[in-house]
Amino acid sequence: MKILPRFPLIPGLVLFGALISAPFILSIYWVMILTEILTMGLFAMSFNLLFGYTGLLSFGQAGFFGAGAYCAVLTLLHGPASLWAALAAGFLGAALLALPIGWLCVRRDEIYFAILTLGFGMMLFTVAHNWRSVTGGSDGLGNFTLPKLDLFGWSISLFNPRHFYFLVLLIAAAGALLLLRVVRSPFGLLLRGTRENSNRVSFVGANVRSVRLFAFVVSGALAGLAGALFALFNRIASPEMLHWAFSGKAVLMTILGGSGVFLGPAVGAAIFFVLEHSITAYTTNWMIFLGMILIVLVLVFPKGVLGSAVDFIDRFRKGGGR
Amino acid sequence: MEGILANVLNGLSWGMLLFLIAVGLTTVFGVMGVLNFAHGSLFMLGAYLAMQCMRWFGSFWLGLLIGPPIVAALAVLIERFLLRPLYGRDVSFQLLLTFGVMLFLDDGVRLIWGAAYHVVNPPQILSGVIPFFSQSYPVYRIFLVVLGPLIGAGLWAFFAFTRWGKILRAAAMDRQMAEIVGVRVPVMFTAVFAFGAWLAALGGALAAPHQSVGPAMGEYIIIESFIVVVIGGMGSFPGAFVGALILGLLNSFATTFAPDLQMALPYILLAIVLLARPRGLFGEEA
Repeated sequence: MKILPRFPLIPGLVLFGALISAPFILSIYWVMILTEILTMGLFAMSFNLLFGYTGLLSFGQAGFFGAGAYCAVLTLLHGPASLWAALAAGFLGAALLALPIGWLCVRRDEIYFAILTLGFGMMLFTVAHNWRSVTGGSDGLGNFTLPKLDLFGWSISLFNPRHFYFLVLLIAAAGALLLLRVVRSPFGLLLRGTRENSNRVSFVGANVRSVRLFAFVVSGALAGLAGALFALFNRIASPEMLHWAFSGKAVLMTILGGSGVFLGPAVGAAIFFVLEHSITAYTTNWMIFLGMILIVLVLVFPKGVLGSAVDFIDRFRKGGGR
Repeated sequence: MEGILANVLNGLSWGMLLFLIAVGLTTVFGVMGVLNFAHGSLFMLGAYLAMQCMRWFGSFWLGLLIGPPIVAALAVLIERFLLRPLYGRDVSFQLLLTFGVMLFLDDGVRLIWGAAYHVVNPPQILSGVIPFFSQSYPVYRIFLVVLGPLIGAGLWAFFAFTRWGKILRAAAMDRQMAEIVGVRVPVMFTAVFAFGAWLAALGGALAAPHQSVGPAMGEYIIIESFIVVVIGGMGSFPGAFVGALILGLLNSFATTFAPDLQMALPYILLAIVLLARPRGLFGEEA
């Protein structure tokens, strides 16, 4: 296994260029879908820092996503009417929550970790659902005014979906760069080491728990950032965003795209939305298809769509097409 | 006083249903090492099949008899064709596969029976209420409270005395050793998975008159039974019994005395137990 495969810089830049030019070509409808894809892609990538790189399957990632959403909306309702403040609140609020929860969860791994994160995620869900005076209960928290975006002295209205798209693209790219920085550092190697064999990592003197805790907090913070964007885009923060079914979406997108490739989860998010839109056009029972797709992926293509594609290209290059 | 007694009975009847699901979940985990996300969906399927039998034949008992074996047959297929290829792979992928099965079954039920909630009446002998101090109490819940320990005792006798029960316990302790002394482990895995599914479906059929039958019932109960299994100790039979009783009673008392906390309490309990006693109340420390 290659320790650090070269990052495909050129495809990465092409993708970014395509994403920048997309709103000039696509209709408003697809720009809005692309906005959601980027938001959920960031969410799924935050999950994959734990799953793909650290080997910890979290079923509570939506807890931090939703916490970020509520922090952002609460900031706009009671704090300064600044977009940056709302996004920062989402990021930091989720990080602050992830610290104690992660401290408790990283004591266990494998199935116990999955159940602990599921439990804590649902605990956050019940807080959002039952603390009516602050969170608005099951109705969620809407009714905030979306402030203008202050950027280098310009003041940009976000009521235009294309403007909002560029904001989300900027934030998602920044989040992806932060993740890339983490996974390609020596620390990222250590993370993968704990996934392969945590005992050996302890033997060479690293503290497995602190390594995992750091990954947990970064992952939670980025999930919170994605949640903040999601809430601002949809103009609401609601308890379902913290439910474990929502965590399941991040899991599904990651498996769909491939947990072993950096951009896999984001590609998975894109496939997820395109599939959802094309299948729900015919039937409301899209979860049946999702279940079948997941089963086939796990059995036949555990590396996901992008992972299998990358494998195929590699083999094509090396083996002369064999 | 009578309020407290009613709470105890409510908690016990719910706890008994939880026990039926948790015991299958914990046995499957103990023997096969698989945590089955779809277990709650099998429970739900049991409830729907019982409801369908009620409609076709007008008999609750027939539903109890017919539904669970159908679900068990489905479980044989799931184990044989979906789970078996994954035993050598990472545990996460087994969990993800059962998650996919859960999505499929939950939506499949919605496709067949619709998203609406259905009410199933208890059979004639068990319907109605009996006087209970100054108030009254449903007979069906008392039936559940009595039935639960009977099924529990039956299962305990099965595990303790029969040849099959002993083989299961041996395989749970040491899978390799069991294989060496001649247990056909693959066949046993299929049987255990089907047995767990049969119990879950039986629980579902029994739950049908206790609550309304709807497509969300599996999703709700799987989380509760995860908590039961973890609190009691994964793979532990007495753990599942005690865990189910604790969670059932906690639910009914919290509904009366701390309604705001009721939803959060199971998770708080889960966190406390997992952190203070990671292997659960009855689990052996590894």
